[in-house]
Amino acid sequence: MADPVIRVIDLCKIYKMGEVEVAALCGVSFTIERGEVVAIMGPSGSGKSTLMNLLGCLDRPTSGEYYLDNEKVSDLKDDELSVIRNKKVGFVFQSFNLLNRTTALGNVELPMRYAGVTKGRKERARQALEKVGLGDRIDHRPTELSGGQQQRVAVARALINDPAILMADEPTGNLDSKSGKEIMELILSLNREQGTTIILVTHDPSIGAQAQRVLRIRDGALESET
Amino acid sequence: MNIGQAILEALESLSANKLRSGLTILGIVIGVAAVIAMLGIGAGAQASITSTINGIGSNLLFIASGNQNVTLTNIKPLTVEDATALADQSLAPDIALVAPSVSIFASTVTYGKQNASPTITGVTPAYATARNLTLTEGSFITTQQEQGRAAVAVVGSAVGDRLFGYHVGITGLTLRIENQPFKIIGVLTTQGGSSFGNADNVMYIPMSTAQTRLANRGQDRLSSIIVSATSSDTVNAAMQEITSILETRHKTQPGLDDFTIITQAQILSTVNSVTGVITLFLGGVAGISLLVGGIGIMNIMLVSVTERTREIGLRKAIGARKRDILIQFLTESALLSLLGGIIGIGLGYLIGFVVGKIAAASGSTINPVISFDSILLATLFSTAIGLFFGIYPANRAASLQPVEALRYE
Repeated sequence: MADPVIRVIDLCKIYKMGEVEVAALCGVSFTIERGEVVAIMGPSGSGKSTLMNLLGCLDRPTSGEYYLDNEKVSDLKDDELSVIRNKKVGFVFQSFNLLNRTTALGNVELPMRYAGVTKGRKERARQALEKVGLGDRIDHRPTELSGGQQQRVAVARALINDPAILMADEPTGNLDSKSGKEIMELILSLNREQGTTIILVTHDPSIGAQAQRVLRIRDGALESET
Repeated sequence: MNIGQAILEALESLSANKLRSGLTILGIVIGVAAVIAMLGIGAGAQASITSTINGIGSNLLFIASGNQNVTLTNIKPLTVEDATALADQSLAPDIALVAPSVSIFASTVTYGKQNASPTITGVTPAYATARNLTLTEGSFITTQQEQGRAAVAVVGSAVGDRLFGYHVGITGLTLRIENQPFKIIGVLTTQGGSSFGNADNVMYIPMSTAQTRLANRGQDRLSSIIVSATSSDTVNAAMQEITSILETRHKTQPGLDDFTIITQAQILSTVNSVTGVITLFLGGVAGISLLVGGIGIMNIMLVSVTERTREIGLRKAIGARKRDILIQFLTESALLSLLGGIIGIGLGYLIGFVVGKIAAASGSTINPVISFDSILLATLFSTAIGLFFGIYPANRAASLQPVEALRYE
C-alpha cells in the first residue's frame, strides 16, 4: 500500500540525566499501513513506552522524522501536538484514566469539547457508548462501573473524534481475564468493522498473538518485525 | 471550550471538594465583608457628621479671639462694639446677620433639689436665626428681653428632663442659675445625640443678662461671634469684610490678626479629611485580610494542581491545549473569589447594618452607606485577586508535559 498511516524514519529519543545521556530509543524506522493491527512488544526498559509516547505525539523525538497521516509531526510545538492528539490519536490506557467527577457521557464528550465541537456532542457520545455496549450506563460515574465497563468508556472516548490510529497501552493489564478478552474482542472488532488502525503496546504474548504484525523492541532498537 | 462550559466544569470540580472550597471562599468572604463594612461605616459616619455640620447652616462664619498661627502678645478681645460694627450694612454688605455670644463657664442650674450643668450661652435674638434653632413651646429671647437684661432662659429638652423629669409644659417655671432666678420662656426642639456631645443639654439667656449678672469678666467681652453671610456664595466676600473691619478696629497687620475666622466649609473639609483618613485606614486593614484570602486561594489551587496532575495529563493526551488547562484553573480560582466576593458583600452589608443599629441604640446616628461603587469595587477586586493568585498555579498546570503528568502517581 502506498499510503501508510505511520512512517517513522531513524527515530531517536535521548534523555539527559544530569551529565549522562541515555538513548531510550535509537535509529528506529518502520511504517504502519492503514487498517493494520500492530503490537509493539518488548521487555520493560526496552524503550517500548518511549516509542508509544512518540507515536502518540505525547513526546517529541530528539532526532528523526515521524509522519502521522501524511503530516510531519516530529517537530511540532506543544499546542500543535495537542491538536494532533485530539484529532488523530485515540488513547486507551492501562489504568483507564477516566474523570471520576463526571459521568460516562461526560468523559466521552470531553475530546469533542477540546476539538471545539458545539453541536450534537451528547448525541454522538451516547451513540459511541451504545456501540461499546454501555447504552444503559451513560449517566453512571466511573466509580459506579466495573473495570471492564470503565475500559469500554475509555475506548468510546478514544474513538469519538474518528482518529487515524488507536493506541492501546496494556489495555487489559488492569482487568480480569474475562473482561480482558472482551476488551480485546471490542478493539479487534473495531478494526474488522471500521478498519481502524490499532497499535497495541504490551508485553503479554497472548495479546501480541492477536496482532497481524509484531514490532519487537529491545535496548532501544527495533529487534524484529514479524 | 467556551466560557459557559468552563464555568460549569469549574463548578463541578469545586463542588467535588465542598469543604475545601468553602474554607477557601471563607477567606475571601471575610476580606470582602471587612472592606465593605469598613468603607460603609466610614462613609456613614462621614455623612452623619457632614449633615450635623450642614444643619448649623452652610453660610455661617465663626469668629473667635486669638490666632493659632502666630504668637501674639497683645490680643484684644472681641467686643459688643466689634459685633455692632460688623452689622453695619454699608461696611459689610454681604453680612446678613451678626450673632454675638458669651459663654458662661461652670454654672450650676438648680430647681428645688435637682441640679444640672448645661452649656449656658448668652445670646441675642439673631442667634436663633443663625443657628436655625426651633422651639417646641414658648418663644426665643426677644429684643426687649435682651435690652432689658431680663432674667429669662430658653432650655434644651435634656435640661428639662434633668430638672423636672420631663420637658413638656415647663414654660413659665422658674429655675436658678448661680442662685439667681430665671424664668423659662421656651423649650428647644430635641436634636438627638450628635458626635459633639449632647446638643440638648444647652441653655440660652439674653447676652446682656449674661454679661451683667453671670460673667466674671469685662462687660462687653464676647466669646465668639457667629456671622451669617447673605448666601453661601458670599461667604468669602463676607470673610474679607469681617477681616478688614476687625483689622481696622483692632489695629492689627494682615497676617498678624488677633482673631480667627472659620467658615462652615473649612470645618467640613477638616472633618472630612479626618474621617477620610480613618476610613482609608480601616479599609486598608480590611484590605490586608482580603490579600490573605487571596493567598489562601493560591495555596489551595497549588494543592489542587498537584492532586490533579494525572487529570491534567489525561486532558492533554486527549487534546487539551495549554490555553484550555489555563482557562480551566483560572476559572476555578476566579469563581472561588467571585463567590466569596458576593457572599462577602452580603455579610459586609449585614455588619454595617448591625453597627448602624448599635450606634443608633447608643445615641449617635450612623447609617452605613453601601454604595454601588463599593460593591462593584469589591466584586471586581475579589475576582482580580482570584485571577492574580490563580495565574501561578494555573500556569504550572498548563505547562505540565503530558508524558510526565500521566506517569505521576
